[in-house]
Amino acid sequence: MEKEILRKELKVSAIENGTVIDHIPSGSVFQVIKILDLAGYENQLLLATNLDSRKMGKKGIIKVSNKFFKSHEINKIALVAPSATLILIKNYEVIEKKKVEVPNIAENIVKCFNPNCITNSEEISTRFTVIDKKELKLKCHYCEKITAGENVSFR
Amino acid sequence: MKNKSLVSINDFTREEHIRILDLAHAFEKRPNQRILEDYVVATLFFEPSTRTRLSFESAATRLGARVIGFSDSTSSSVTKGESLRDTILTISNYCDLIVMRHPREGSARFASEVASVPVINAGDGANQHPTQTLLDMYSIRKTQGSLDNLNVAFVGDLKYGRTVHSLVQALCNYKTTFHLVSPPELKLPSSVKISIKQKNLEYSQFTDLQEIIPKVDILYMTRIQKERFSDPLDYEKVKNAYVLRNSMLEGSKPNMKIMHPLPRVNEITTDVDENPQAYYFTQALNGVFVRQALLASILGVVE
Repeated sequence: MEKEILRKELKVSAIENGTVIDHIPSGSVFQVIKILDLAGYENQLLLATNLDSRKMGKKGIIKVSNKFFKSHEINKIALVAPSATLILIKNYEVIEKKKVEVPNIAENIVKCFNPNCITNSEEISTRFTVIDKKELKLKCHYCEKITAGENVSFR
Repeated sequence: MKNKSLVSINDFTREEHIRILDLAHAFEKRPNQRILEDYVVATLFFEPSTRTRLSFESAATRLGARVIGFSDSTSSSVTKGESLRDTILTISNYCDLIVMRHPREGSARFASEVASVPVINAGDGANQHPTQTLLDMYSIRKTQGSLDNLNVAFVGDLKYGRTVHSLVQALCNYKTTFHLVSPPELKLPSSVKISIKQKNLEYSQFTDLQEIIPKVDILYMTRIQKERFSDPLDYEKVKNAYVLRNSMLEGSKPNMKIMHPLPRVNEITTDVDENPQAYYFTQALNGVFVRQALLASILGVVE
């Protein structure tokens, strides 16, 4: 057990203060970075993909120094990483752990499934009302069609 | 309703729908009033729809408004590659209200968010056509005296017809009993049926047109389009099953009226036109009064 923790810490070093986003599906790490607009982040940002995970097989992790997200900001990632866990760190100590929650409105994250929707031909931010959080059913604010399940893809 | 855009039938409340129908009734009695002389209405038809455009332009002109616009996108800057956003921002400067028809779903909602003037949706792809719904409601109320306690049959393509979807949703605000007649391939989608279920209204589904005719107050016919079928043989099987002939109307209720959003192709034979129960051409005329009511109330010249 001790060894395992040590090994992990060698792969992605600990942060003093900030937020750890753990249990991200490996393929979604870069999408999470995009959604949270972290590409140009000016503080320390550590990330890893394809780490071994007992829960998920493979997982990704992102550690963001000196950043504590507002819940409406962080919940946006629930659409690409519903399994994600947030760990808030202060002075290297875990002060809170929580799960992300699917938001009521998804703004400019998801692509509308309807090829004839205006959002797929003009430069427009997409906007969906989440009408079913469990099965992820999203109603487009523009064309009023429903994008759900395996048809959900990200911009 | 002053300055309020009408994109989707649910943008207006039940009370606002009723207000529009009452105003339309007043315009039917006095269609020519020069109350919009100080206004310019733009009709932007990014795809052609002569009937709808002329109905709006007739409504605006009878009220004294001046009309500018285009009747298909080849005569507009769209062919030069201009975005819809830029077109709407520019034309907003030239008019007091925009009437818009566009082939893409959601275009009207987007235009209403960009424009500095109110937008009336005259059809956005397969999505919404709220003025058609209001004129249908007006026609039903006018012929039946009320929108409540009616038996309404929808016949034909219930899967793809946006006219049917919007009218079903609007009638869910009233005590309507729905009779849904279609081939199994073209049944009303569950996303629309859910509105009926939420209001605990009665509905039944049929494949045979003849058996429901004696039961209903409104027979709303629609066209079944060949291109909706992946197998042309399936179309051949059903194409004649949903054609209304005058001989089929024996035994119908005396108050029963036949409606159709037009254009008709062959789903109502021409011998029905002579029958006093045929209402589809008057229904189109009612569209002018409903559009007058919308223009006048959105521009704020009537309360």
